[in-house]
Amino acid sequence: MAKDLKPSEEQLAYAYLLDLGMKIGLALLIITFIIYLTGILTPYVPISDLTKVWGLNVHHYLEVTGIKPGWAWVNHLNKGDFINFIPLALLAGLTIICYLRILPIFFRKGDRLYGILVLLQIVVLILAASGVLKVGGH
Amino acid sequence: MRGKLLISLGFLLFFSLLYPFEGFTSEAAQEVIEKGSSLPWWAWPLLLFIVTFILGIIAVLGGVGGGVLFVPIVGGFFPFNLDFVRGAGLLVALSGALAAGPGLLRRALADLRLTIPLALIASSSAIIGAMIGLSLPKNVVNILLGLTILGIVVIMFTAKKSEYPQVSKADSLSQALKIYGIYYEPATGKEVEWKVHRTPMALALFVIIGVMAGMFGLGAGWANVPVLNLLMGVPLKVAVSTSKFLLSITDTTAAWIYLNSGAIVPMIVVPSIIGIMLGSIIGVKILAVAKPKIIRWVVLLLLTFSGLRALLKGLGIWT
Repeated sequence: MAKDLKPSEEQLAYAYLLDLGMKIGLALLIITFIIYLTGILTPYVPISDLTKVWGLNVHHYLEVTGIKPGWAWVNHLNKGDFINFIPLALLAGLTIICYLRILPIFFRKGDRLYGILVLLQIVVLILAASGVLKVGGH
Repeated sequence: MRGKLLISLGFLLFFSLLYPFEGFTSEAAQEVIEKGSSLPWWAWPLLLFIVTFILGIIAVLGGVGGGVLFVPIVGGFFPFNLDFVRGAGLLVALSGALAAGPGLLRRALADLRLTIPLALIASSSAIIGAMIGLSLPKNVVNILLGLTILGIVVIMFTAKKSEYPQVSKADSLSQALKIYGIYYEPATGKEVEWKVHRTPMALALFVIIGVMAGMFGLGAGWANVPVLNLLMGVPLKVAVSTSKFLLSITDTTAAWIYLNSGAIVPMIVVPSIIGIMLGSIIGVKILAVAKPKIIRWVVLLLLTFSGLRALLKGLGIWT
């Protein structure tokens, strides 16, 4: 019953992609934040106004700022604050990419049960990321 | 001796940083919202970076995740609405888990086969938790958060840890899922084989863990480790490592709900992520000279204070 000391093929594949994606995401985050702070791109919400709105609940925040929820941020990537959403979305989406990487490995090995579990997880992750499930605030 | 003195001074500095914020009443918060803060705009993210940097150090030394410290402390002492603090907390916990994951997987300390079914349950529940959390009134969230944090303190104070739990027979579910493993333990120079039991009960508990992680923006490591180690019989190192890796999946689903609901403010999230990650790197270096027991007590006191603050804030007693 004892397994090999060496991690499985799917575990190593997951680790490799996770490492690469995490480093790219963090590096991008630092770059986009510098762009934001230095004003190279004008932010959607002026930095000086942030202190007036970050105390509001999310519902009022969206009302006051006119920001649309969901994936609407994609339309504002020319703004200094929204450009930070690119690396944040990458970091949040990395798990989906890693799961897609290991899915064919399980089926190739004939491990259908885990293949199905991985597929279900991908569905859950995509559903969460899709913007279909969101809350309007209170 | 010099190391211990520096650490003590560090904690004194940390608490002195928090003290001015403690007087942030609801009237003051309202005035800030109306007029904006008298502090320059860069002051708050800078303070946030400093505080999260220190939290990153404390989290490593205290053996806790960044999320469980971040939300109650930043939520209790900074002027940011709890919606944004929870969104930031999830991304902070997620970033830490993503950074640690590759190394833990490669060393076979985190186990993918063990993680996959647990993560499916926890991540699905975290979606529900996030949606509930963003729908509840702020005072209710504060009360529940306060009670949860105080419950975590009790768990941390009373829970025993078992380095190598005895599992006489793997249960039928874990056998069907082929959840077992082996890792190399450098401390003993031996290979440690492990198997698990009580898998159905663990899956049920992970529903609750997922809901709470999503609702409060906490990392859930505080719950994962006891369930994996004490209930399922996973060796402590594998339990801690698998828990850390598991967070990267659980927190991903909840983080997307907050992101898509508009509850992410880059000026809060980014300094927090960078602060906690840099603090964690320094924390690992300090770990060699620090006394873990003392740090653990500091963490327990910090969490108790923050939990009480959230509870009393929610009840309108200490606003």
